[in-house]
Amino acid sequence: MSLDKATVAGIAHLARIRVDDDRLETMVGELNNILGWIEQLGEVDTDGVAPMTSVADMQAPMRQDVVNDGNYQDRVLANAPAAADGFFGVPKVIE
Amino acid sequence: MAALTDLTLAEARDKLTSREISSRELTEAHIVAMEDARDLNAFITETPERALEVADAIDGSEKGGHLADISSHSGGIGRTIEGIPLAIKDLYCTNGVQTTAASHILEGFKPQYESTVTANMWAAGGVMLGKTNLDEFAMGSSNETSYFGNVLSPWKRTGDDAAQIVPGGSSGGSASAVAARIATAAIGTDTGGSIRQPASFVGIVGMKPTYGRCSRWGIVAFASSLDQPGPMTRTVRDSAILLQAMAGHDPKDSTSVNQPLPNFEAALTNDIKGLKIGIPKEYRMDGMPSEIDDLWKQGVKWLEDAGAEAVEISLPHTKYALPAYYIVAPAEASSNLARYDGVRYGLRVDGDSLEEMYEATRGAGFGEEVQRRVLIGTYVLSAGYYDAYYLKAQKVRTRIAEDFRNAFQQVDAILTPTAPSAAFAAGEKGDDPIAMYLNDVFTVPASMAGLPGISVPAGLSSDGLPLGLQVLGNAFDEETVFRVGGVLEEAAAFTARPQKWWGDKS
Repeated sequence: MSLDKATVAGIAHLARIRVDDDRLETMVGELNNILGWIEQLGEVDTDGVAPMTSVADMQAPMRQDVVNDGNYQDRVLANAPAAADGFFGVPKVIE
Repeated sequence: MAALTDLTLAEARDKLTSREISSRELTEAHIVAMEDARDLNAFITETPERALEVADAIDGSEKGGHLADISSHSGGIGRTIEGIPLAIKDLYCTNGVQTTAASHILEGFKPQYESTVTANMWAAGGVMLGKTNLDEFAMGSSNETSYFGNVLSPWKRTGDDAAQIVPGGSSGGSASAVAARIATAAIGTDTGGSIRQPASFVGIVGMKPTYGRCSRWGIVAFASSLDQPGPMTRTVRDSAILLQAMAGHDPKDSTSVNQPLPNFEAALTNDIKGLKIGIPKEYRMDGMPSEIDDLWKQGVKWLEDAGAEAVEISLPHTKYALPAYYIVAPAEASSNLARYDGVRYGLRVDGDSLEEMYEATRGAGFGEEVQRRVLIGTYVLSAGYYDAYYLKAQKVRTRIAEDFRNAFQQVDAILTPTAPSAAFAAGEKGDDPIAMYLNDVFTVPASMAGLPGISVPAGLSSDGLPLGLQVLGNAFDEETVFRVGGVLEEAAAFTARPQKWWGDKS
């Protein structure tokens, strides 16, 4: 199965990455090569095999459900490209 | 006396402890080397003032004095790397010091917190020289994808001064810094080979511990189920000392394992009599250069001569590890990199709407390889394809982990080549992503299984470039990995070093 240009444009939109048209063309070939190479996984018998979801064999740790961090608004905003009045600034969302 | 920049971490530690040298002398010598080696482009940010400030504070305090009391290292090991100048991969967040992940999208980002691993190292007395260059978001095997330019290896092919040799990747800046004697030691991160492969390319020791041994908190995330910090040093002993200072349980990383830390340096007994060393037959690949195979056979002989027993083993799913990795890692990357939205930190490129702002920011901020992987990841996680790709890859990953589990019922450690070739020149593999991915064919399987591995320099290629051998161990058995690595190191007696062609030639 092979991706066409429109599909790759759709994936780029899903990923919220603007890809210029000429670059999109190259990208189609590259992604198809990679996906074609990945197809070989079909040879592996995985019937009844559980997917690996945890690397180390361990229990998820639990902690008390209490606030243990926070109260430093200035540090949270320190790297924001458009902070204003103690908030993150974004383009207008609602008309 | 040998040059201060030639001292190993263990030698420097002993001279600092006996007050034969001061941390300021040692640090200054490395700052001079760092500033002289800018041709290598190993650093994105140099922090010489901070380094000298810390060195002076260490020199001014009595040994075991007040500085020792502020040690909050989770392993409780004390100030084991006190006064040692170190290079930090620019993927570790460092409080108030620019942290870029070698990406335009994070240019100028100054974290307001310190990663756990670096905090552990500063508590153990480490001195930061600067932040090293890497492949963008740690995605690459040659350090050619950094927004801040390629890193060069200090090595040249015999008789070829023109070709610019890559240091491997993604921890290429840390690798070059250690090989070129700019830093006594460095730290990297390893997702599919990013410590071990560059270590092999530049002739140093690179160690990836068991997944969960070191905290990932405060490290810019690439693939969270694979990323693991580790040391890059010139000797196996230095590797053990530095890992001790980095590792330990951290409640802030729920995948960091709450197990007591062994004394890694004490594991270097040089005694491997009776150990069984697995030689996986699937790692003997078609088209592999004969010099790699010869070195591997030589490695087996070295271990046998030291009293170990070589056992042929089978890891049947080896060839599927790399394609499975190129589903799992991009899938996790596409999720992790969703946070770069132009709102909270980093680059913003304006657009008329919120969505246009996102797309413009990420289009301009991410380089080509990062975009490629985020797109692959987005695709394999998308509705309708998730089962065929992502779920399938996770099942194959289970198979790969089973292969190793079965093998470690028969053997104590596994010996393989680290990489399928010596270092190549910049641009030689530029156009074909898959050819680049194949660099990690021997390192990725252990990454997928979360196992520890070390690359030890073992010889030179026919054109004079370093080659490494890799020792893999069972989960949380770094001690055996270090022990076998130490024996290999002694047998190989690798003393070659790059001839200086950069900076001041006098």
